[in-house]
Amino acid sequence: MNELARNLRVIRALGMRAIRQTFRRPQLMAPILVFPTLLLAVQTGGAGGAVTLPGFPPVQGFLQFMLAGAMMQSLMLAGNSGGIAFAVDIEMGFTDRLFAAPVPRYTIVLGRLAGVAALGLFSALWFLAIGLIFGAEIHSGVAGALIAVVLVTATATAVGGIGAAIALRTGTASVVQGLFPLVLVVLFLSSAFFPVDLMIQPARAIAEYNPFSFIVEGVRNPIVADIDATDVLEALLAIAGIVALGLVLSARALRHRLRVG
Amino acid sequence: MPAIVVEKLERTFDDVLAVRGVDLEVDEGEIYGFLGPNGAGKTTTVRMLTTLLLPTGGRATVAGHDVAREARAVRATIGVALQEAALDPLMTGRELIRLQATLQGLPNAEGRRRADALLERVDLVEAADRRVGTYSGGMKRRLDLAAALVHEPRVLFLDEPTTGLDPVSRKTIWEEVQTLNDEGTTVFLTTQYLEEADQLADNVAIIDRGTIVAEGTPEALKAQIGKPHIQLQLAEGSIARAEEVCATVGSLLPPRDAKTILVEVENGAGDIAKVVRALDEAGIAVDSLELVKPTLDDVFVAKTGHHIEKDEEAGAEQEAEAVEA
Repeated sequence: MNELARNLRVIRALGMRAIRQTFRRPQLMAPILVFPTLLLAVQTGGAGGAVTLPGFPPVQGFLQFMLAGAMMQSLMLAGNSGGIAFAVDIEMGFTDRLFAAPVPRYTIVLGRLAGVAALGLFSALWFLAIGLIFGAEIHSGVAGALIAVVLVTATATAVGGIGAAIALRTGTASVVQGLFPLVLVVLFLSSAFFPVDLMIQPARAIAEYNPFSFIVEGVRNPIVADIDATDVLEALLAIAGIVALGLVLSARALRHRLRVG
Repeated sequence: MPAIVVEKLERTFDDVLAVRGVDLEVDEGEIYGFLGPNGAGKTTTVRMLTTLLLPTGGRATVAGHDVAREARAVRATIGVALQEAALDPLMTGRELIRLQATLQGLPNAEGRRRADALLERVDLVEAADRRVGTYSGGMKRRLDLAAALVHEPRVLFLDEPTTGLDPVSRKTIWEEVQTLNDEGTTVFLTTQYLEEADQLADNVAIIDRGTIVAEGTPEALKAQIGKPHIQLQLAEGSIARAEEVCATVGSLLPPRDAKTILVEVENGAGDIAKVVRALDEAGIAVDSLELVKPTLDDVFVAKTGHHIEKDEEAGAEQEAEAVEA
């Protein structure tokens, strides 16, 4: 078995463990599916009239508009939960078992991220299904749905990279858990739940440059309108930026962990 | 070729020198006991030897590979069961061993076969598909040991494998370690239990405050101390006066606690009567009296001036206070 195939097997095995861990620990599953679904229901039921506001983008309905936001919330919390689970592994010494195995250490981080990616995929499919069941249409059809799924999965992986880096650096689940409110702040200061054009300053300026706004628009665009290559490209660039940040932080945190034990 | 060679190994954390120039050599096929109290530097040394922590000075090789420069080669030859059985409570025992097999690069079919064999070996077949969170402490240790053996390592590192276990579970682990060693596996065993090192180890190193203070076979180390001592507890009366009286018969050793007196004597049982008579003449009543032959704790006392087990109790008390705080 060559090195690459062996490393891929390790990543797959660790990814499967991460998924099982999430499904076996309800407190990790709740923020990924339950909270975003509840928020989607509450917002769609309570603020559905917002679509009639002057300046609100043309959409079939508020649910259709909100699907991208719900997916973003779910994937960011999946990334955060992945970071928490990784920190728990460090706290209980499980990562020592992994680090003491003859595999490149990046495979251990990638294994965790594979699990987060799978949850991102699950989340995308879950919210697309909810949208379709409750009457939202996917304007760009199957191709649009595929773009949304790919972007959501990739973003979950990227956010998971940041969570893993923080877990590696701090080794403390409570610190990673403490980022939970920050995730919501980042989301509310993006176009996830409200159009940027209707925001007031300074939230509007922050949302315009928030990389997650670019990702939200990349996911939302094929759901509410025709596919726009520029929106998709901008989303991919934003994801690439988050991935790069996660890689740099993770590599530094891994070196730090080996140095301090 | 020695299985482990350590030369002037050091590890600093900020300004604290946790391991201070440790030298040791472990031969192929031996059980090497690394004995010391909490905070002595045992776990830090093991973490460096298992490539989980970089040394800040000196060098070490395991199975001929340098732990800093050839870390992956080291990891391919070792099995590791670290302190407090680092197991995922949400996994089943079988899942854990199969994951370990994948990490060690074993093909799926071979991983399945070894998992079945190891689960049988450590008597966990019936619990194999239960979550680890439902296991007892002894079962967790046995599972941890089985996972460390999945790739048939040449050198096995066991970091305090029996800490916190009941006597029966401890004995089971001891038997398994002995069997593994009989099969040719070199075992590096850290422990805070004197009896464990005494029973299992071919050679023992005693570490205190990051420095090895004694090394040799348990018998040779105890022979260095040579003399037995009488341990007595007073029923009533002044301990200071009793110590004065006992000092006329032998040499006083540092006491374990406020009620116990330890007197090193030249003639073993022959000196018991002398001690009893001297105390009786001084009007001091004795509650219990016992002749104790040299143990590794005596070696520890002789080398460091304090008791390993007393240190452990103090460490445990401090830990409990910290938890309460």
